[in-house]
Amino acid sequence: MLEIKDITISYKGRPTVTDFSLTLAQGKICSIVGESGSGKTTVIRAVLGLLAGGGQVTQGEILFEGKSLLSNTKEEWRRLRGSDISMIFQDSGAMTNQTRTIGRQFVEYIRTHETISKADAWQKGVQMLERMRLPSGDNIMKSYPFQLSGGMRQRVGIAMAMTFLPKLLLADEPTSALDVTTQAQIVRQMMALRDEYKTSIIVVTHNLGVAAYMSDFIVVMKQGKIVDAGDREHILYHSDNAYTRLLLDAVPSLGGVRYVG
Amino acid sequence: MLDEKELILEARHVTRKFPASNHRTLVACNDVNLKFYKGKTLGLVGESGCGKSTFMRFLVSLDTPTEGEILFHGNDITKMKGAKLRDTRQHIQMVFQDPSGSFNPKMKIRDILCEPLLNFQRITKSEKDAVARKLLAQVDLPEDFADRYPHNMSGGQRQRIAIARAIALEPELIVMDEATCALDVSVQKTIIELVVKLQKEKNISIGFIAHDLGLIQSFAHQIAVMYLGNIVEVLPADDLHKNARHPYTQALMGAIFDIHMDFSKKIESIESEAPSPLDVPIGCPFQDRCTHCMEICRKERPLLMELETDHEVACHLFAQKGGAQ
Repeated sequence: MLEIKDITISYKGRPTVTDFSLTLAQGKICSIVGESGSGKTTVIRAVLGLLAGGGQVTQGEILFEGKSLLSNTKEEWRRLRGSDISMIFQDSGAMTNQTRTIGRQFVEYIRTHETISKADAWQKGVQMLERMRLPSGDNIMKSYPFQLSGGMRQRVGIAMAMTFLPKLLLADEPTSALDVTTQAQIVRQMMALRDEYKTSIIVVTHNLGVAAYMSDFIVVMKQGKIVDAGDREHILYHSDNAYTRLLLDAVPSLGGVRYVG
Repeated sequence: MLDEKELILEARHVTRKFPASNHRTLVACNDVNLKFYKGKTLGLVGESGCGKSTFMRFLVSLDTPTEGEILFHGNDITKMKGAKLRDTRQHIQMVFQDPSGSFNPKMKIRDILCEPLLNFQRITKSEKDAVARKLLAQVDLPEDFADRYPHNMSGGQRQRIAIARAIALEPELIVMDEATCALDVSVQKTIIELVVKLQKEKNISIGFIAHDLGLIQSFAHQIAVMYLGNIVEVLPADDLHKNARHPYTQALMGAIFDIHMDFSKKIESIESEAPSPLDVPIGCPFQDRCTHCMEICRKERPLLMELETDHEVACHLFAQKGGAQ
């Protein structure tokens, strides 16, 4: 469904990501892992045409359902984003406007993509929130972002992203600002989305445990290049790539290495 | 078994209340009792907002508790003032979560490292360069970093500088507030190895705040689990995964994504979120999220009681068993 072919992404003429390829089928979850600065986020931003600071795809091709994304006009992007492809961020609280209620922003978002009355859009928002198992959707619609906890805000972000049942969901470190208990809830929720709606998901994360748990395919990136890729079995147990091993060894594990006696 | 003679700092019945709107009070720490031993690490874990940082800030006198006392070698630091407080501060240092936020961006690394030493007249200005180089070497950084500014260093390097500054005064206790959680796993590993190495060399006690049980059990000696301002379990860190008893500790362990976990099993985690610390329920604070909740849990708050040596739990499940024996 999504095909990234040998892309090179440059910021101001300097290549940041080189020769990146990835094929994603419908209903599959793929994780991109790597250290900060390895270009993980740049890749998924390129898929959404949202490269920051003059970044450009200088080589290669990104195909979404057989159609090239790189030649999209502004109007075509506008139709695609938020409906066929949507994105959730590390802190969904930061993407919202702090001085406006969740409801107002949700309604505005729905009405940019669909001709619908304000009252109906509100109802749709409440439904979406409740489907994401947020209790009392109406109350949340009336709250300001700062009144919600980090986990609730993240679920609001997912609810918004899922409103138009996108075919592709891009998640940029969706759980790294959360507590372990909330993290587990969000990961389960994203996997439920895949099972229920056959949404394809690309998750950018630095947590190898999360990546291994939820994905069908894992890509390991280092300094803008893919250094290793494969399914969980390969990455965790059979990879002989030195960098993958280094990352795996660094993950703290219950009942694992102890440095003190 | 921890040796009482090695006890350096003890918190007794520490409670902190903050006034909130509508004449309510927020209890951030409720009757916390913890002990720090010479050369040992105490890991404090819990979800965000449970009061871990509030408690650790008392130790470095950034805040004072509403009730209770904190005894450092027998002297209550919460009551100290003036010269005496200033003197005690040298012995307890802190490393913060975000190293870039805890440095003055206009100061060179050399000045950052030597500032505490100059403050306490431990060195003269002419010795600065040599001392800074020595401290940099101790945290495995090149000595010429002394001329850099914090902004042209990576996050891991900055955290090393923060550690070097904390050890400069040769303190007895260092408090680390989520010191590695902003770092990549591979960098986190090297920082933990450094901390362990320094602890062994200098016999420093460490109070480490974290929310990752996997990380904390790899280098702590003792772990305290905190929930809504209450310590619910204190236990030795080795064999944590076998010995943890409190339902909350078990829930925290169940929620960890581990690369060695059984992937065919579904991840277990409590579905709900922690209640607001403004309305902590009467009885056990964990009652609404606990799968073993009994009638007594709704009425009476369980107190910490010893299960085995160095292992305390606050849960009615074990109070009954203890009573029957």
